[in-house]
Amino acid sequence: MSAVTQPRNTVLSRALRTPGLAIGVVIVVVMIAAAVFAPWISPYDPDDQDVMLVLVGPESGHLLGTDAFGRDVLSRILWGARISLTVGFLSTAVGVAVGTAIGIVAGYYGGLVDRLVVAATDVLLSFPQLIMGLLLVAVLGASLTNLVIAIAVTAAPAFVRLARGSTMAMRERDFVDACRSLGYSDVRIMFLHVLPNILDELVVMASLWLAAAIRTESTLAFIGLSVPPPTATWGGIVREGFDNLLDGPWLALFPSLAILAVMIGLNLIGDGLRDATDPRAPQ
Amino acid sequence: MTDAAVPLVVEGMTTSIRLQGRLHHVVRDMSFVIRPRETLALVGESGCGKSMTALSVMGLLPPAASITAGRVLVDGVDLVGADEATRESLRGDRLGMIFQEPMTSLNPVLPIGFQVGEALMRHRGLSKRQAREKARELLELVRVPAAAERLDAYPHQFSGGMRQRVMIALALACRLRVLIADEPTTALDVTIQAQVLALVADLQRCEGLGVLLITHNLGVVASVAQRVMVMYGGDVVESAPVAAFFARPTHPYSSALLAAMPRIEGGSQLQPIPGQVPPLGDMPDGCRFRSRCPLAHERCAALPPMTPVAGDPDHLVRCWARSDA
Repeated sequence: MSAVTQPRNTVLSRALRTPGLAIGVVIVVVMIAAAVFAPWISPYDPDDQDVMLVLVGPESGHLLGTDAFGRDVLSRILWGARISLTVGFLSTAVGVAVGTAIGIVAGYYGGLVDRLVVAATDVLLSFPQLIMGLLLVAVLGASLTNLVIAIAVTAAPAFVRLARGSTMAMRERDFVDACRSLGYSDVRIMFLHVLPNILDELVVMASLWLAAAIRTESTLAFIGLSVPPPTATWGGIVREGFDNLLDGPWLALFPSLAILAVMIGLNLIGDGLRDATDPRAPQ
Repeated sequence: MTDAAVPLVVEGMTTSIRLQGRLHHVVRDMSFVIRPRETLALVGESGCGKSMTALSVMGLLPPAASITAGRVLVDGVDLVGADEATRESLRGDRLGMIFQEPMTSLNPVLPIGFQVGEALMRHRGLSKRQAREKARELLELVRVPAAAERLDAYPHQFSGGMRQRVMIALALACRLRVLIADEPTTALDVTIQAQVLALVADLQRCEGLGVLLITHNLGVVASVAQRVMVMYGGDVVESAPVAAFFARPTHPYSSALLAAMPRIEGGSQLQPIPGQVPPLGDMPDGCRFRSRCPLAHERCAALPPMTPVAGDPDHLVRCWARSDA
């Protein structure tokens, strides 16, 4: 046990040496930038219809072609990124926050609270994620807020489980007793002492669930349960392209590629983070 | 308000644990006081109730256990009857504890400076900056070298002895009156042990701290404690000033403990105590040591009272055979 200062950011330096993680970060950052700057970099208004240029293929005027209403596909994908990524990030954030809070409380106190939480989680987890989201949106109605809520509910149980298990392991650690001997409240111990210790696992899982959330949003949009048209979302554009698959295959292809790129990016990040934070991984 | 002058008074404390529907007493009718600057050593083999005593006083018993009788007065406030908020505000402020394992008693992912300062923010309402400044002073007080640079270091960058110092700094952060040290040096090597004990002794002199030292190292007891209590099976069997205890260990268990300790002068063999502490469900009635006691007698089936040894009111023993009566 050396008393000499050693770099604590070994996780960070290991992460940066993982090529997959770096590629993932680049892809996701580019996508986020595209979404943020959509109003300035879109060549056209995403809702502007040009009846003279319906289902035009990729060409100089319209880089990725136009759709059945003569709207510019590139502009729609850029604007669609805003909805898809916003819903993805927000719903994951809400799901992680709520799920983690419940999981920590259940794992820390144990007993009846824990058993109730575990039972509720098992019920929620027994629904396939998509069916769950579908049901909730169908019940709540299709709007941005409801979409976020629905997807958050599908994400939360996984984080309840993860946080609960890790907290149960942490609760047995001596430093928790030491905290109690210092008169700290349970809330302080749970969220100031236990949470930072299980954060690495949560971050890894959150990055993987982010991909799942975006995929769920796209799927719901594809079956018409996302933000109502004409607002552009990736899943919605794919849906419109699906209706015109023979006349304009690019219409379905390009937004699908955008979804694919984000999935790959986020999964690379998740895997990279998992490897970087895994103490058993070879140095 | 005589009680308030004495940092810790324990009166008739009984701690029980519920196992399979039956209540077992793991600490029976324990009474002691700790005065300022005084070190009371609590000795006994594993499973005799030493740690349970500490946890009872701290109010940190596991869910299955609870104090079923008696009082624990910290600065005159009874902790047994108090609500959780009162206990939380005394714990860490007036009543502190350091643990056996310094390697795992600190949160591995929070910087040392924050952890030391946190108690001050919690109990003294200091701002983050004030707490940091005070944390530096505390680390200097417990003689952590280069304290200012180490505020942002993490526990894994500290050695075992250093971490135990940090734990002491943490425990001392507030207006501590009593420090409970549960085998604070067992996990440290001998030279570090001496340093840590010297540090605690210094702090007692300057801060007027009372210390309850839990240990099974009689050498440590001889060098730092003023009084000794020997526990067996949850009972205090002997209570004496240190000098009297080593000069005249009276309870058969105390003599056996001392005979089991290596001595520089004696070339004789160590005498192990035959048998082991019976499991909780199997404790004999009356004197709990009688299943292993060479002096066991029929009347030991009734629990003997604490009686003075040779008329000395400070030296009490719980044994029929060794009391004058």
